[in-house]
Amino acid sequence: MDLAWYWTALIAFVIINFLLISASVLVYAERKVSGYMQNRPGPNRVGPFGFLQPFADVVKLVFKENIVPTLANPFVHSLAPMMMVVIAMAAGALIPFARGVVIADMDVSILVLLALTSISVYGVTLAGWSSNSKYSLLGGLRSSAQMISYELSMGLAVLSVVLISSSLNMVTIVEDQAGGFGLFAWNVFRNPVGCILFIVTAFAETNRAPFDLPEAEQELVGGYHTEYSGMKFGMFFLAEYVNFFVASFVIVTLFFGGYLLPFESVIVAQFPALADSYLLMALQVLTVILKAGFFAYVFIWVRWTLPRFKYTQLMTLGWKYLLPLALVNALVVAVVLAILH
Amino acid sequence: MLSDFTPLFIQLLIAIGLSFTLLKAAALIGPKRANTIKLTSYESGMDPIGSARDRYSVKFYLVAMIFIVFDVEVVFLYPWAVTFSEFLDAGVGLGVLSVVFLFVIILAIGLLYDIKKGGLEFD
Repeated sequence: MDLAWYWTALIAFVIINFLLISASVLVYAERKVSGYMQNRPGPNRVGPFGFLQPFADVVKLVFKENIVPTLANPFVHSLAPMMMVVIAMAAGALIPFARGVVIADMDVSILVLLALTSISVYGVTLAGWSSNSKYSLLGGLRSSAQMISYELSMGLAVLSVVLISSSLNMVTIVEDQAGGFGLFAWNVFRNPVGCILFIVTAFAETNRAPFDLPEAEQELVGGYHTEYSGMKFGMFFLAEYVNFFVASFVIVTLFFGGYLLPFESVIVAQFPALADSYLLMALQVLTVILKAGFFAYVFIWVRWTLPRFKYTQLMTLGWKYLLPLALVNALVVAVVLAILH
Repeated sequence: MLSDFTPLFIQLLIAIGLSFTLLKAAALIGPKRANTIKLTSYESGMDPIGSARDRYSVKFYLVAMIFIVFDVEVVFLYPWAVTFSEFLDAGVGLGVLSVVFLFVIILAIGLLYDIKKGGLEFD
């Protein structure tokens, strides 16, 4: 799809706004779900059912003072939150939202996504280092060690998907899952171990519980964002929620048929008029958002189900269990492909 | 194809513009009432002792070094993963697979050595 640059810019603008709004919806959803899981109502004062709470929070954060500690490096101190937000938003360009609705449809999109994930490690590390506070430094260090450790297993889990669909293009990966009555060709059925590996590593990469050691409040105060206030803190917060929504989208794209409706090929065979129609496109957008919403819910659910890991357990799990398992899984997928051929 | 990347760069530019606006807007709107105590690093209410830019555990360096080795390994495996079905179609799948097995086994021995030497013990 070759569009003029201003159309691309417009769509990119829309997608970024969509991510911003979904981030605030997610903040609300997380607080509300957490509330109900702990048998309390959650935010319910600002607006109907407390729905305007995240917007109120943003307004509050904008009007707060921006404190840069004397010992901090001011340039890097501002650069780090910017990097986090930019990377989180850029990843949104790679997600296919419906057939033909993707901003950057490139041949290596999944590699670019992994590259962006790697760059976001810098944001956390630089935030920890530039603050020149011991808690921040420890949080940043822990976080960078954790993220690079789990990146390997994530890369190998993606590799097993790439093996199946012979492509690094996320659109091709989605279209490759269209067979099997539109359900059983989803990669979660063809590559279940890879799916579990990817979900676990996605939790670690987005620093979500039970892998939220970088922020472990009880030990590190706030981790890498201890010394951040006002909108800079808000940007870390925003980036975290955008990241975790994008991670849900990537899980859906790689393993749960992306924008494909369940049983899409069967439905389209019943109603041929539906093929390539705008209705189908709208349904696909709805489908992918619903699927991603479900995984966003799983992220919140897991947060209140599993206790946080100890740091040694985290590294042991990443290096001694997930990495060998991911390697073996990729090889097993290759062998099965060779046998089926 | 570099032109494939143009949309991504456009998205990046918009995202940079957004984050820059957020930073600048908050810096303009927010109050500026700095004082010495507010600007000291947080250390649980104490005056900070020494600098945070101190030496830290060598374990982190070890993890980073091992990461580079295995990350490059994963990168080497990607071209194989993309073209594997073509190798299968060409009828040389088994040969290619055994080469990849050899490659992975060599690195697995490296990982095993690292674990045995205690390079990944964090206690």
